[in-house]
Amino acid sequence: MIIKGRKISKGNAEGEVLISDQGISFYGGVDPATGIVVEKGHPLEGKSVKDKILVFPQGKGSTVGSYTLYRMKKNGTAPKAMINKETETIVAVGAIISEIPMLDKLEKDPFEILKDGQRVKVNASEGILEVF
Amino acid sequence: MLNGGMGNAVKKSMEILVALGEIYGSDRLIDVSSVQVAGVSYDNLGDAGLEFLADLAKDGQVKVLTTLNPAGMDLENWKNLGISEDFAKKQTQVIEAFSRMGIITTCTCTPYLIGNLPKFGDHIAWSESSAVAFANSVLGARTNREGGPSALAAALTGKTPNYGMHLDENRQAQITVEVKAKIKDTSEFGALGYVIGNKIKNKIPFITGIKEADLEQLKSFSASIATYGGTALFHIKGITPNKTKKPKEKITITKEDIESALKAMNDDVEDIDFVSLGCPHASLKEIEKFAGLLKGKKVKVETWIATARPTKGIADMAGYTKIIEDSGAKFACDTCMVVAPLKGRFKSLATDSAKSCFYGRSKNNFKMRVGTIEDCINAAVTGKWKSNL
Repeated sequence: MIIKGRKISKGNAEGEVLISDQGISFYGGVDPATGIVVEKGHPLEGKSVKDKILVFPQGKGSTVGSYTLYRMKKNGTAPKAMINKETETIVAVGAIISEIPMLDKLEKDPFEILKDGQRVKVNASEGILEVF
Repeated sequence: MLNGGMGNAVKKSMEILVALGEIYGSDRLIDVSSVQVAGVSYDNLGDAGLEFLADLAKDGQVKVLTTLNPAGMDLENWKNLGISEDFAKKQTQVIEAFSRMGIITTCTCTPYLIGNLPKFGDHIAWSESSAVAFANSVLGARTNREGGPSALAAALTGKTPNYGMHLDENRQAQITVEVKAKIKDTSEFGALGYVIGNKIKNKIPFITGIKEADLEQLKSFSASIATYGGTALFHIKGITPNKTKKPKEKITITKEDIESALKAMNDDVEDIDFVSLGCPHASLKEIEKFAGLLKGKKVKVETWIATARPTKGIADMAGYTKIIEDSGAKFACDTCMVVAPLKGRFKSLATDSAKSCFYGRSKNNFKMRVGTIEDCINAAVTGKWKSNL
C-alpha cells in the first residue's frame, strides 16, 4: 500500500513501526544515550525508539528537544524515520538538522493503518510511505 | 541558498526556514533586522549540540545583529561560582563556535537592555521566551517564539518565514483580563503573570486595570506569563504600544488570585542557602537598588546577581559593583540559575522571580521562596526567610 504524505525532512528509511498515541518531549523525555523513553507515565516509557519508524502525533516540551534528536543521531540512538500526525517546530527542526527522514499529514490516519512491529518504508524525499 | 551555492550553513538554515514556512503556511520569507539565539548552555546542548554549532561555524556568518542567551557559566568568573574545569572548557568551545559565526557573545536574556533593541514594527527572530514576550508586547517588534536552531537559521540568512506573530491578524487580543488588584514590585508582577498564564495558556490577553508598570516590572511579567502560559504577546491598556480591539470574552483577576499565586510559589521553608536575583537579567536600576540594600552589610549565604556583562560594566563605573561585592554577594554575568549546572548544590532558593521559581523547582528540585527584592536581600544577610505575606 502506498500512502502520500508531506515531506518535513528528506531521506529514505525502512524499518519497524513503533507507535505512541501521545506526544513526545525529546528533551527530558528520552534518554539520548540509549534512546529509551524515560518520561513517567508515557505509553512508551521503558521502550527504545532506536532504529524504529517512530509514529506519534507531534512533539511537545522544550525547544532544546531539537538538539536532543541531533544528539541521538550522533549517538546512534535516533529513530530511523519519524511520522507525525501534524508536526510542530521542535521535532521538525530536530529531524532536519539530524537528517532523519520525516513525513506528516498522511492522507490516511497513521494510527488506524499502522501497528507496532509492522515493516514500512519511508520515502520522505518523495513524500511517500510504503506499507508492506 | 537552498542548493548549497552559498555554503553548507546557509543551505542547512534554508532547509529549516523553508520547512517551517511550509508547516505554518507562510507565503514567503521576510527580512529580519535582529536575532536572539537561545540554546547556549553546554548543560542543555551536550557534545552533539556543540558539534552541530562547530559544523555551522565552518562556513556560516550571521547577516544581521545577533546576540546570545545566557550560557551555563560566567565566562570570566566561573571558578568563583563553583563551575568545574571540564564544564568550563566545553562551554568555552560553544561560545567560540558562536563567535566564529560573527555573533556578539554577550550572553543575556535581556538583549534589549544592551543594544540589541528593535523598534516598533521591526521583524525579528528571537528565541528566549521572556525576551520574545517583551519584544512583541512592550517594544512592538514582531517575532515568533523561535527555538535555538531556527533563530540561528534566521541569523545566518537574515530571513524568517512570514507567519504567526509577523502578521497583523494574529496579533489581536483574544481575551480581556480585568485586574482588580493593585500590583506592585517585580514579585507581584511575576505572580500576575503566573495567574494569567495559567488561566489563558497561549491566548493573547488584553489586560486592563494596571495603572503603571516600569521596565523592570514589565520584564518580570513578560518572563512569568511566557513561562506559565506560553503566550508570545500581551496587551496592557495604556501601557503597551500595539493596537488591538477589546475582546468580549473576559476573566477577572482579584487580590486573592495574586495572594494564592504567591502562596503556591512559596514552599514551607525557613532556612535559605541560595539567593538569586536578576531573572530576567538585572537592569542598572535594579543593581542600584541591590547596592543600596546591601551597603555596609555582609551576606551569610551564596548570593548571585545575574546580569549582562555590559550592564555590570556600567555598574562598575557607577560604584555599585564594589558595594555589592564588598557585601560578599557575587555577580553572575553571562549566566543565571536557570541555565547553570546547579542541581544538588543548594537546597532552598530565595528570589523575586516567578520564572526562577518554575526552573528552581523543575530543573533543580530547590525548595522555593518568592518575595520582594527587600525580602530576598534580607534572606541573603540572615540566611532566614521572613516576609510580610
